[in-house]
Amino acid sequence: MSAADPLVEVRELEMHFPLTRGVILQRQYGAVRAVDGVSFSVARGETFGIVGESGCGKSTTGRLIMRLLEPTAGQVFFDGEEITHLGRRQLAPLRRDAQMVFQDPYSSLNPRKTVGSIIAEPFIIHREARDAEERRKEVRELMDRVGLNPEHYNRYPHQFSGGQRQRIGVARAIALKPKLLVADEPVSALDVSIQAQIINLLQDLQSELGLTLIFIAHDLSVVRHMCDRIAVMYLGKVVELAESERCFSEPRHPYTGALLASVPVPDPSISAAGSRPVLKGDVPSPSAPPPGCRFHTRCPKAQPLCSQQEPPLSELPGGSLAACHFPLERYSSSS
Amino acid sequence: MIRYILRRLLWVVFLLFAVSFVTFVIFYLLPSADPAVLRAGRQANPALVASIRHQLGLDQPWYVQYGRYMKELIFHFDFGFSYQNGVPVRQLIFSRLPASISLAAGAAVLWLVIGIGVGIIAAVRPRTKLDRASMGAALVGISAPVYWLGLVALYLFSSDIGLIPILPGANSYVPLSEDPFSWFTSLIMPWCVLAVSFAAFYSRLLRGNLTEVLGEDYIRTARAKGLSERRVVFRHGLRSAITPIVTIFGLDLGILLGGAILTETVFNIPGIGRLSYSSIVRSDLPVIQGTVLLGAFFIVFANLFVDILYAFLDPRVRYE
Amino acid sequence: MSALLTVKDLKVSFNTEDGVVHAVEGVSYEVESGKTLGIVGESGSGKTVGTLTIMGLTRAANTQISGQAIFDGEDLLSASEQQMRAIRGDEIAMIFQDPLSSLHPFFTIGAQLVEAIQVHNKVSKAAARTRSAELLTMVGLSDARDRLSSYPHEFSGGMRQRVMIAMALANEPRLLIADEPTTALDVTVQAQILELIAELQAETGTAMIIITHDLGVVAEVADEIAVMYAGRIVEQASAAELFANPQHPYTRGLLASIPRLDRDRSSGLDPIAGRPPSLIAPPSGCAFHPRCPRAFDRCPAELPPLEPAAAGSEHLVACLLSPEERSVKQ
Repeated sequence: MSAADPLVEVRELEMHFPLTRGVILQRQYGAVRAVDGVSFSVARGETFGIVGESGCGKSTTGRLIMRLLEPTAGQVFFDGEEITHLGRRQLAPLRRDAQMVFQDPYSSLNPRKTVGSIIAEPFIIHREARDAEERRKEVRELMDRVGLNPEHYNRYPHQFSGGQRQRIGVARAIALKPKLLVADEPVSALDVSIQAQIINLLQDLQSELGLTLIFIAHDLSVVRHMCDRIAVMYLGKVVELAESERCFSEPRHPYTGALLASVPVPDPSISAAGSRPVLKGDVPSPSAPPPGCRFHTRCPKAQPLCSQQEPPLSELPGGSLAACHFPLERYSSSS
Repeated sequence: MIRYILRRLLWVVFLLFAVSFVTFVIFYLLPSADPAVLRAGRQANPALVASIRHQLGLDQPWYVQYGRYMKELIFHFDFGFSYQNGVPVRQLIFSRLPASISLAAGAAVLWLVIGIGVGIIAAVRPRTKLDRASMGAALVGISAPVYWLGLVALYLFSSDIGLIPILPGANSYVPLSEDPFSWFTSLIMPWCVLAVSFAAFYSRLLRGNLTEVLGEDYIRTARAKGLSERRVVFRHGLRSAITPIVTIFGLDLGILLGGAILTETVFNIPGIGRLSYSSIVRSDLPVIQGTVLLGAFFIVFANLFVDILYAFLDPRVRYE
Repeated sequence: MSALLTVKDLKVSFNTEDGVVHAVEGVSYEVESGKTLGIVGESGSGKTVGTLTIMGLTRAANTQISGQAIFDGEDLLSASEQQMRAIRGDEIAMIFQDPLSSLHPFFTIGAQLVEAIQVHNKVSKAAARTRSAELLTMVGLSDARDRLSSYPHEFSGGMRQRVMIAMALANEPRLLIADEPTTALDVTVQAQILELIAELQAETGTAMIIITHDLGVVAEVADEIAVMYAGRIVEQASAAELFANPQHPYTRGLLASIPRLDRDRSSGLDPIAGRPPSLIAPPSGCAFHPRCPRAFDRCPAELPPLEPAAAGSEHLVACLLSPEERSVKQ
């Protein structure tokens, strides 16, 4: 399923946050295994979705790809080059080509800077558009392109609504025409009527600039709408990797099936309460994942093998990859 | 938790060592005056001064002096003798301690009651005249220096020099064991004066915390359960808002127990504060060491006590 | 059958430094015993303020409240604070969005449950604790007795919301108001909680008002739905009718703008243009007109009344368009 010349590739990526005890001498007694062996690649121009619930490691994966974090194991490749352990200075040129849009439009913008200076900052840092006049022109163009009024150049973030702030974040991210845009829950904090605007904006920009987009979200409907391929994550691992349409119409991993069954659909004839199979139990702690298949404690199809042996992510007939000893049959969307 | 306490106690010992060493170094290297000369008095001639120096052991190298001091302290709980008058330091300190404790404890009770009371009232009636007036008064209370307040209080109320002579003035301190009533009346003004700035600070702090807490979601839940407003404010609101106050209170009290120098000076109360001041002026190193170590001891223990208490107050805090 | 709760022309406004915020501008609805009313709206629609006001939790010096909220023959809006306290947690209970911040961090779950019981019932602590354990079992938590000594931060989000539900249902209220009860939860947990709420409602016969912005959630649990915008109800109908036949341009816009798992992927999203209105200076006439693709010259001038969509219909709409014009594809 991987392209020949992917823009992004991760291999056996791990991020373990240590848990320490002690005041003077800090001893590690465990770790939060936020990302625990994740591998996939993203083709150029593709929209790749990473979906999962809280604690699955999707945001951490996004940060690892952006090298905002250094992985504790595994490798990250960007544009053919390994960037796993590069230092800050070596990463600096990478920052032109890979950018991120964050979830919370209220805290991801510096409240003390004007919108114009926020969007101009990438130009200054990477020494583009040296002339102040030229910069202003670029910034105005960007604001226009993302749907903001260029006259508001000198306003501060708090004078904008959540949706507009998110547009500011997007403008800043695409300022230097990056190759990769990682969007970490970009619409979760927005009102429903605004979400669609931002989703459409991202899609338009993608086709205009030829961006590769990695879209991280917990909202399955949004991910299905936007993405070409999807990785479903659970407790630090990828449990299913498939083309978007196939993932949703023919999920192979029981967790994917459960996720789909859980989403309430705005149609009372489909969604009457009690008509859907509901997953029992809570997500286990990422510092103590269950042995074998991590999902076995909640899986309606679990067998003894599942608690003993961890299933590898393997290709199934039809093209999807799933990490399951007993994947769901095709042509059914629930167990 | 036990392991945490034991580790902290080790720290305490280490800290006290460090404090004693630093004090020693400061006063050895930068004495304000040669104690031997001070001790020698008016008729000082070099020979006398030299003999006094030898008597006091001041002609030994610094590490010998420090070593001797620590040996006496650890094995015999002996703080040495005052350079000034030969009185055992331990006796000096322990004889002065009750006065400082009386002053600190009484003021503490007063400032807690007033500070918390005013803070609560201001928080449940925000932006009213009462709130603004009390916060304004608090600002004055924090800004006014304690010695100024003390002098003004004496000027107004002291029985010997005051305009409205209703309270005993300076120099009137009497130990509790001797005469409880006089002890009490002699401390009324010092207590009030010392408590003012703390009460002011605590009331502002509590008002801020409580106002913030009363805006929290769990307060809304408490009201939605049908609880009386009193219960909401005290049991749910105050309980959360008071925890930072407890921490600060422990530290403030710890510091004061080591001697409230300014207040003791203004009211001439024979406490640790006055003792440390006079010993510094006279470069009386053993006494200085003694008072500093005592002060450090109180602060460090207050710190530890407050941290442990915090774990009981806030169940989210867990010490390993 | 007379309704359990009848809200008539409820208006709430707040005086703030920036001006008067008109949070609720004349809202009327009814909730019948055992039924669920879903109130759908985005931030600033007034959906939360309205129900908080019914509970009496917005009374303050800077707040103007008018209208009626008749519960069991009594107008809650003019009841005394003491009367309201007797009702809150006993006859009408409320659960909120974020279960972590809605439970006191310093008290055990047991203590908070016992308090909810004892404030309305003269029972011993032991009896209250037993009842608390029963309640926790009822909401699906195992080892109930042990859990009573736990603190909120020791539970996951789903478990905490179950505790909130247990606390709300402790005194068998006749009406439960659930304000975005699943918004802060993961989707699989959300499904569990919605299922739980539906089960408990069927068992106890409690009426419910559920407030949400999620059309999927409301499709699942509500019998009747009211759509709010800028402090007013713009459409109200039974759940089946609303989704089958949405009338108001805002409702239709919402339905068209959300990605849906049951629809074809290729159908693009059709967002509603513009932004939610300011509540201090709302647009004149119909508050939705600046964003409405069907707005015409009367819209900025006239405030459309909430009326039946067709003669004799129970489906209400606040729109100046005629029924024929409304059903044209936007």
